[in-house]
Formats: sequence, structure tokens, C-alpha cells
Amino acid sequence: MSRVTATMPSSAIDQDWRRVLRWGLICGGILVTLCLVGMPVELDRREIIERYLSLGYVSILLIPIVIGRVAATQVVLEGFESRKQGLFDLVTGLVVGIMGGTCLTLLIVALDSWNLRDPLLNWSPKLFRFLTYENGIGFGAMAWIVTCGLLGMVGAASHVVPAMVRRVSGTVVLSLLSLSVLEGAVDDLSEGFGLEWLTDLLYAKKGGLTLTSTIVAGAVIAVVAVLTSGRVKTLTSSYREKEGAERQKASMILFVVVAVLCIVLPMFLGKIMNELLANVGLFLLLALGLNIVVGLAGLLDLGYVAFFAVGGYTTAVLTSPNSPFFSPELHFGFALVFVVIFAIIIGLVIGAPVIRMRGDYLAIVTLGFGEIIRLLFMSDWLGPYFGGAQGITNIPGVDLGFATVKGTDPRSVFYLVLFFCAIAIYVSWRLQASRLGRAWMAIREDEQVAEAMGINTVNSKLMAFVVGAVMAAFSGAVLAAKVGSIFPTSFMILISIIILVVVIVGGMGNIAGVMVGSFVLIGVLGGPKQPGLLQEFQNYKLLIYGMLLVFMMLKRPEGLVPSARRSRELHQEEFLQDAWLKGDKPDADDDGGETVGDDGGEEE
Amino acid sequence: MSTHAVSTKSAKRLVSVDRFLTFIRVFLVTMIVIGLLAFVWQQVDADNPFARWRNPGARGLTGDQFKGLLISGLSQGSMYGLIALGYSMVYGVLGFINFAHGEVFMVGAMTGFIASDKFAANGMWESNFLLCLVLIMLMAIFFSTFTAVLMERVAYRPLRNSPRLIPLITSIGVSFFIQNLVLGLFGPATKSYPRLPEWLSKQRSIFTFEIAGTRLLVLVVAAVSMAGLWYVVERTKTGKAMRAVAEDKEIASLMGIDVNRTIVTTFAVGGAMAGVGGILWGLMFRSVTHMTGFLPGVKAFTAAVVGGIGNLGGAMAGGISLGSAESIAPLLILEPLGVPGVSQLKDAVAFTVLVLVLLFKPSGLFGERLSSEERA
Repeated sequence: MSRVTATMPSSAIDQDWRRVLRWGLICGGILVTLCLVGMPVELDRREIIERYLSLGYVSILLIPIVIGRVAATQVVLEGFESRKQGLFDLVTGLVVGIMGGTCLTLLIVALDSWNLRDPLLNWSPKLFRFLTYENGIGFGAMAWIVTCGLLGMVGAASHVVPAMVRRVSGTVVLSLLSLSVLEGAVDDLSEGFGLEWLTDLLYAKKGGLTLTSTIVAGAVIAVVAVLTSGRVKTLTSSYREKEGAERQKASMILFVVVAVLCIVLPMFLGKIMNELLANVGLFLLLALGLNIVVGLAGLLDLGYVAFFAVGGYTTAVLTSPNSPFFSPELHFGFALVFVVIFAIIIGLVIGAPVIRMRGDYLAIVTLGFGEIIRLLFMSDWLGPYFGGAQGITNIPGVDLGFATVKGTDPRSVFYLVLFFCAIAIYVSWRLQASRLGRAWMAIREDEQVAEAMGINTVNSKLMAFVVGAVMAAFSGAVLAAKVGSIFPTSFMILISIIILVVVIVGGMGNIAGVMVGSFVLIGVLGGPKQPGLLQEFQNYKLLIYGMLLVFMMLKRPEGLVPSARRSRELHQEEFLQDAWLKGDKPDADDDGGETVGDDGGEEE
Repeated sequence: MSTHAVSTKSAKRLVSVDRFLTFIRVFLVTMIVIGLLAFVWQQVDADNPFARWRNPGARGLTGDQFKGLLISGLSQGSMYGLIALGYSMVYGVLGFINFAHGEVFMVGAMTGFIASDKFAANGMWESNFLLCLVLIMLMAIFFSTFTAVLMERVAYRPLRNSPRLIPLITSIGVSFFIQNLVLGLFGPATKSYPRLPEWLSKQRSIFTFEIAGTRLLVLVVAAVSMAGLWYVVERTKTGKAMRAVAEDKEIASLMGIDVNRTIVTTFAVGGAMAGVGGILWGLMFRSVTHMTGFLPGVKAFTAAVVGGIGNLGGAMAGGISLGSAESIAPLLILEPLGVPGVSQLKDAVAFTVLVLVLLFKPSGLFGERLSSEERA
């Protein structure tokens, strides 16, 4: 869709050199920026393979592979013959990699000769040592140019080698990386099951895989990959192709497995992992609510954090003995009733004025509301009621009679969150297929048509706001009980945006997608303040979130786990084009199946 | 018959929301009127019971205080106006909110800091201030323009024909990305611009208005850039092309206008204006962080909406009215109503203005200028 104007090289030799050079420069630019942001140096502390490879080097070395692969990809227009890929693509990858390495070399030289530490925070001897392996400029330069060139070639080679080799090697590299990166989780898990010997064997004492375990694990994974190759794909595609009742059955089985895992697994996990799961659950709850507002009803609500704040503050005021103005010290369960009531009221109050606005105005106005609510909670005006910047502290945990849910016991928090998530998932699932859910989707596709079909758009949109608000408020209530204190700074606009990223990366309008999104993003990278599995990425996760959001919008707006309807809608033009190229035009008024040439595409 | 039933039914359904909206409108207007009346009473007679009704301690404002607020509102507002131009132009041409435009402004302010810091280090800032000012302004314009154009090329061009919300979400991502890139490159510390030379920043008295030299500089530079922009848009061929593309892209391309290039120009011009705004911000508040772009960005968008989006004069006027409103309204309306700590609510006031304008006159004070398809 985007690169329709790309020129087609007429023969293998007549390669588009400008394109190659451009990708080379992009590669170099990315590498230098990464270095200057300080990512590799900071990540250098995390070992991937003990003594041989650190996460810092991996983060740099992956770039030429990826860019080399992208640069050697050719755009084949539908109906055109694709060029045979071969030696020339390898050269492309090599050139791109070498250009990237050269840029790094220039950076090394610059690091050596000037001191730009003043504006650039990471212009440090540390970076110099990292880039030269403490072996001098010459060595560093040679090493980077050669490795980057080779890696670029490897990336490009992935188009040339047989699919089998590509798949197996890709699987091996990725699984080894994740095996090493997820060390904390694997450690925790195996400890729960009494399998410490396995982790002792796998990981070195100071972190990272040992060389032998890398080789052994790599071999095992390779064998497994060869044995299962193709089967996973057939399994997923057979799942996709299932229709109606059968698909529902398969989904049910999948769901039950996930549910049982969620209930059983935390028993075997340690504190850190449970804490992490609890955070994932909190954000999942928020994301499920936003999924209804953005994913189903198509209302881009950027002030979603307002409802989160309302839930948190309502719980805090009603349950905490430290609440400055009004402190009935209710039980969490009773407080929840009021949480729901206030969430509905605020949902209506915020929803009503914005309901008739254009989509983009709605986004900015809700953003404004989100900020207004935070500023009000923070102000001296409402300070006597909500504690101002000092917030409300000493919020008690949830007393269930047989156990107390509080922040020091993350497992109990996780079960509480799980309970709410289960409700939210059930509600979203039932709503999706309901009259209201279909009304939302109709409004998302085309509001005017929906209205003409007799849908009450105003009420439906308000309902979306209210349902989303209630879910977010539940999340806020659990947060209050979990953390034990509530401050206005816990409700920055940042949270709205991170939840938006979760929903979009996972897949708008799809419950499973949202679940995957929050597990992958919040679990691995972490929330705005909560650390994820990759604690080293703490300083860079927001950068990565921003990048992901842009990338997903450009390349895969329907998300990782797309909802079928949504992706059809987003790629409507491509579907139509495919249909047109195949010769069965959607409009049947022309005189039947003539063959389609590459000219004359002007059809009304 | 059935259609009739549907229409009466839907008319009936809408009533509750509309009634609520009317209630909000009436409530807000009443609050504003009460606040204003109480304020006027305070000015006239501070012992009047109505003036003391909500806020017994209030004594109103002196003339000088009022003038000071007006000046600070104007100078801040002219900065919002400069940023708002970028929002307005891009909205006029492409029909989406470039959420990351605030970041373009921040890049300008950051560039200005780095350059002026270097100049201050070797003494040039003191000895030859005007030259330095011109240089940092040129640099800020360059980097802001570069950022805006790059943004368009990488993130927005591939999305030219996608559903409306997709570019908006992308721009949120771009904004997030640039913020954190700058954070990574230059660190989280607040950066302070060097002090302005004494001869410039001293208080001056013009038409009985006491005005700090810095604010005067801000107003002058903003006025000059606005005039320059007006000339470019209304009097040059490029400007004509921009207006044509804003009106109708397809027809414009049939008329031989390079639409892509014009869109890039639009981004570039908007970026340049934001760069100037960034420098002015730096000179006035003397501090920049990676988050500097967020609030001014959202407020500038508010200004663009207040003035009527797509309307350049409106953007500037909207900026100035928003700036004045947020500096004066807290003291004029909220303080007489007995709200303590009103200066904290400055930002809340700005957002309330946005909501108010959209509730009362969604097309802005001076009318929108959009192509027919965007008006939906």
C-alpha cells in the first residue's frame, strides 16, 4: 500500500543502489543513536552467555541482522513476477552492515577525539571501552565493520537459504535469547517445582547461560524445532479454519487451560514473580476496559486514567483511617459498591460532553479531563478532602475472613486481581456478542450508517464509557488496597498511553489480544513504575513503548492477535484489490471475467 | 409510519443527554458570572457582603497587578499561538492532530539550550548577545524543522489514507518516542538557559505598562514570525499551494501542485514556528526538560481549536486568548469563588476552556477552515 511507487529492478545486477545506501545510513543511524542513548552500556551488565556475550552487545548486533533482512526484502507488486533472490541480496546485506559498522567506527573516533559529555549524557569513556572491547581504536573499528558486515549478510541470507534452515536457526537463536533473558522467571518457576538442579546446570552463577548449556540447549531446541516444524503452523491454521461450534469448543479448551494455569501457577511462584503477575493483572483489567472503549466502540479515550484515579481515591477515602475529611473505614467490599457508583457517575459526566465530538477532538478533550482530575486531586482546593499532594496513606488490605489481601503478600493480590479480571473477561466476552456490542462495532465502522440503522449512538457510546470506567475503577480499587497509599502522581497521563499501547499491540477489540498484550508488555517490560522481567530495560521501556506504538500502527495496526473483523476493516482496500486481481470484482456490473492487465486500474 | 415512530423515539432518547449538557453549560456560565460579579464587587467595594460571600479575605487586584497578569498572559499566549500554528496548518492540510508537535517545540527549546550553554561558556553570550540570539534561533528552527519533516516522512506519510484515528495514535507514539529519546540523550535533569544580559531583561515602562524586557522580546519575535508566516501563506506561490492542498488534495494535484512536497513544506513551516516558540520559552522560563513539550503542546492545540482549526489568524488569536485566560481567570473567577491555591489550577483552567469552546462553539471563535471532507 505504501510503497507502490518502488521501482522494479529489471535484472539482478541492476540493483537499486540508492535504496541500499539509504538502508545502510538508517542502520548506522540506529546504531549510533542506540549507543548515545546509553542502552548497550547499561545492558552490558546483563550476561546472555557467560563471559562471551552480554545483552548490550546483543542489542547492537541484532540491528544489522534485522536491517540487512529488511533491506534485502523486495517489494513484489501483485501481478508482477518476483525477482529471483540470490547473491546480490547478500551483497546488499553486506553493504548495509558495513555502513552500519563504519558509522560505529566514526563514533569511536569521535569519542576519542572530542568531549561532548556536556549535552550528551552518555558520551563517556565507558561507551568507548564498550565499543573497543578495551583493545584500542583499530581493533574496535575492524571488529565492528567485519561483524556488522557479516551479520548484515546473515540477515540478507535469510531470504536465500531454504525456509527450513531459516526457521530452525531463527527458533534456536530466539529461544536461547529468551531462555537467558527470562532467567529470573525460569529460576523462580523451577524453584517452585523443586527443580533447582536444572537451573544450576543451565545458568552460570553470576547470571547468563554457560557456554556448554548454550550449546546443549541450542542443540535440543534445534532438534525439537526440526521435529515439530510445520506442525505448529498446521495446528494454528486448523484452529483458525475451524468454524462455529467446533471453534468455540477449541477456544473453551484453550481458555480452561489458561485459567487452570493462572490458578495453579502462582502457588509455585515466589514473591517477585507473583508481584509481577499482580501488576500484569492490574494492567490487564485496565486494558480490558479500554478495549471496550477504544477497541469495540472506537472512542479514543486518552484520559482513561481518570477512572483509575476515581476507583483508587474512592477506595482510599472510604477505607483508610487516614482519610483527611471523611473516613467511614468501610470494608473493601462495601467500598466497591461506591466505587462502581462513582465510576458510573464520572463515566457519564466525562462521556456526555464528548459524545458528539469528532474522534480526534474526543481524544484531546478526554486527555484534558484526565489531567483536570489529577490536578484537582493534587490542588490545595480539594486537598482537605483528598489529601492533596500528600495523598492518602494507610489504606488497609482486603479482609476476606480467611485471609487478608495486602501488598506484602503479592500472591493474594494476584488472586484478587484474577477474580476481577475473570469478571471483566466474562463481561467483555458476553458484551461483544450482545446487541450492545454489535452496536458498538457498528458505530466504530461508521457512525452515520449505524444511526441510520436505528442504533441509539449516544446511549451506546455512553454505555461504552461507563463499562470501561467501571473496569478501570475496579483496577484502581485493587491498586489502592495493594499499595496501601494513593498519590496524585500515581495517575499520570502516562498510564493512559501505556494502556493504549497494550491494547493496540495486543489487538484492538480482541480479548485474547489484550491478554497477550498485557502479558508481553507489562510482564516483560513493566508498567510505568512497576518493573518487568527485563529490569535492565527500566530506563528504556518508555522509548520502546513509543517505538512499538509507531511500528504497530505502520506495519500491523490490527495488533499481534487481531480480531478478525477489525483486521478485515483495516485491510479492506487490500482485500478488495486481491479480489479484483483474482478477477472476481465485487461490483458485478461489468462484462464478466476478462483478464486483468497491469494498466487501466481506474474503476469507479 | 414506522420512520415517524423511529424519529420521535430517537428525538426522545437524545433528550436526557442534551438536558445534561444544557445543565453543564448553564452551570459553567453561572459560575463564571458569579465569579466575575463577585470580582467586580470586590473592586468596587471590598466590604460588600456579596464580594465577601465566598472569600472574605479577597481584596481584588490593583491596576498594576492586572496589567502584569495581562502582559504575562499575552507573552505566554503568543508562544501558544506560535505552536498552535503548526497544529492548525497540519490539521488543515491532513485533517489529523499531530500530537507530536509539542515535541517539535521541545526539540527547539532543547537545541536552544545546548547552543546557548556553549555560547555562555565561551563568553559570547554576554559580549554579543544579539548575534547569539539569531544563531540559536536559526539552529532551533533547523532542528525543529528537521524533526517535523522526518516525522512526516517516517510516520505519517505511509498512513496518508488510513482511517482517521490511526495517524493520531501514531503521533502519540511519535511524541512518546521523541520525549524518551531526548531523555536518553540528554538526561532527566532540568536544563537552565543562561541569564539574559541586564540591558535586555530590565523592566521597562511602555504606555504605563511595566514590562520585563524578556517578555517584550517574546512579543516582538512572535509578532515578527507571525507576520512572516502570514506573508508566506498569503503572498507566495508556496503558500498558495498550501491553501490549495488544504482545500482539496486531489484537485490541487490536478492543478499541477506537488501534494507531497506541499505537505512536507507545511510540516517544515509549522516546525520552524515551533522552533521559534521553543527559543522564546527558553528565554522566558529559562528551563527545559524532556517533558517541556507536553503541556504547551496540548494547550496550543486548545488554542488552535479556540481560534477555529485550520485558521491561521485564529490560531494566533486563540493562543493569546488562551494565555490571557489562564493567567487571569484563576484570579478573576476562581479566587472570588473562594477557591484556595488558584495558581495550581492554571492548567485545569486551560483544559476547561477547551471543553467550554467545544461545548458552545465547536468551530472555534473565528471559524474553521477545512476542506469539505474533513468537516464531517
